[in-house]
Amino acid sequence: MLKRGLNSVHPATGALFHIIFILYTILCIVPIFLVVAVSFSDELTVVANGYQFIPEKFSTYAYEFLFKDSTQILRSYGVTILVTATGTLLGVSMMAMYAYPLSRNDLPFRGPLAFFVFFTMLFNGGLVSFYLVYVRFLGLKNSLWALILPLLVAPFFILVMRTFFKNIPSELIEAAKIDGAGEFRIAGTVIFPLSVPILATVALFTVLNYWNDWFMSLLFISDDKKVSLQYLMYKTMLNIQYLTSNTQAAQGIAQGGSAVELPSETVRMAMCVVGIGPIVFAYPFFQRYFVKGLLIGAIKG
Amino acid sequence: MLARIRAGGIYSTHLDAKRVNGLAYGQSTKWRKLLKFWPLYLMMLPTIVLLLINNYLPIAGLIIAFKNVNYVDGVFGSPWNGLNNFKFLFSTRDAWIITRNTLLYNAVFIASNIIVALIFALMLNELRSRWLPKFYQASMFFPFFLSMVVVSYLVFAFLSKGNGFVNNNLLPFFGMEPISWYQEPKYWPFILPLINIWKNAGYYTVFFVASMVTISHEYYEAAVIDGASKWQQAIRITLPQLMPLVTVLTLLQIGRIFYADFGLFYQVPLNSGAIYSTTNVIDTYVYRALLTLGDFGMSSAAAFYQSVVGFVLVFLSNYIVRKLDRENALF
Repeated sequence: MLKRGLNSVHPATGALFHIIFILYTILCIVPIFLVVAVSFSDELTVVANGYQFIPEKFSTYAYEFLFKDSTQILRSYGVTILVTATGTLLGVSMMAMYAYPLSRNDLPFRGPLAFFVFFTMLFNGGLVSFYLVYVRFLGLKNSLWALILPLLVAPFFILVMRTFFKNIPSELIEAAKIDGAGEFRIAGTVIFPLSVPILATVALFTVLNYWNDWFMSLLFISDDKKVSLQYLMYKTMLNIQYLTSNTQAAQGIAQGGSAVELPSETVRMAMCVVGIGPIVFAYPFFQRYFVKGLLIGAIKG
Repeated sequence: MLARIRAGGIYSTHLDAKRVNGLAYGQSTKWRKLLKFWPLYLMMLPTIVLLLINNYLPIAGLIIAFKNVNYVDGVFGSPWNGLNNFKFLFSTRDAWIITRNTLLYNAVFIASNIIVALIFALMLNELRSRWLPKFYQASMFFPFFLSMVVVSYLVFAFLSKGNGFVNNNLLPFFGMEPISWYQEPKYWPFILPLINIWKNAGYYTVFFVASMVTISHEYYEAAVIDGASKWQQAIRITLPQLMPLVTVLTLLQIGRIFYADFGLFYQVPLNSGAIYSTTNVIDTYVYRALLTLGDFGMSSAAAFYQSVVGFVLVFLSNYIVRKLDRENALF
């Protein structure tokens, strides 16, 4: 009993901590439930009594409406998946191929080459000139490359990777060289296979960056065919009509006159649910890798 | 004996050859050495090109802040304008408002994130259950994974004037009138910091918990022998051990105090004009001046102002971090 007093907090204190954490946990998750609940509610009850955690009258009409013509949603999913996959694959390869030579102690000019990356963390040209480079100089307005290129390389990840590569014994590289392996072979068959943990971590964070990005679309995309999932959600929030302006459902409403109302409140929230679905489902499986990744990053600071 | 002479002989002729080639020697081996590394440089090439486009070309583009950009002459052909763009910018009230908002919000964010996360981390550290702390951590970390667009939906679900949960359920419960949240500037200095904590505190908590694991157990064992309570251990051991990390983290964030979280200030207030006075920051100002108004003069002047002051702050904070703890400095 006496030992408990020193090695653990008082049971009452422990209980209080649990209560605080349970309340905060609820606070973190519950807003999602509100959105889901509204999306499954009947439009009329929502308009009458506002958003409720428990639907007064259950209805899947918002989803039926949304998927009556799902062209735009499917297309947006396609854009997001394409951009995320291409960006992550290209980005992780490029960062690893920059970080590995930097980690080599015998590489001439590795100091200036490291500074070349550092400097981008210290100073940047600001939004206006960045925008002009992409739109005027590269002519990438309304190109998917404008969604991919800006997020390809993160200086911080290059530094984290370099630290990881440095810890791989240089004897392995020497041995491979004696066996007659070239630099590409050494990187591809010795270094990178040994670095799967760091590569996977960086890939995971890069996937998240691409999946959640809407800012590049806000800057560069005006073509409906290239609207990503996040950007579609943004546009739906601003103007629910956007989602329906060119769909059969909207035409149906137009032809039916005012008899059929656009269920805007519930459809808006249903759009949000359709948009965050993959993140919510993937989160329980991937969150521990993010925590691990954070640990690897924390070693560097 | 013979072998040694022979070895010596070979050695000396080698030296002679080196001396004969003397003049050209240094140059050619340097090139040969660089040439030997060509595959490594080739690997680095794609990133070099990309950083030139993404980061270095825009730096050159900062000069447009001193130009009077017009469509006829193009961006770089436009006439010089001296400091006129800056004169216009700083003669508006906006310049003061966006500077004040950016600095104050970021100061509150830095302090609140670190304090809340430290308290949570210390509390998590004391829980004896095996899987509950992991569950709490995972739930607290969750908002960090949502995009600001999603966050704007969640906030809207609570604060929407007509249907929002707060106006329909919470306020009537306390007998209060509904509030037009997206029209009233005075509430946002409280709403935005709360959302910031909600979104980011979990991230920093996980970060602190991770570094608590690295504190040596011997400190705690010695403390227990001396009869220190859990509270004393937390205050006298855990907190001081975390202080270097907290200091570095704070300084690095102060270095970025001139850069605001664009999503939080643009998406969450739904770009509502009525509340610009408490939601407009440098980043949103530059964006709106550029893409809504098409005003290259104002936006490039504000972007230049942010880049330069931002650079000075990042440089200073890193300089201090470097003095305190070399390992954690950026340069």
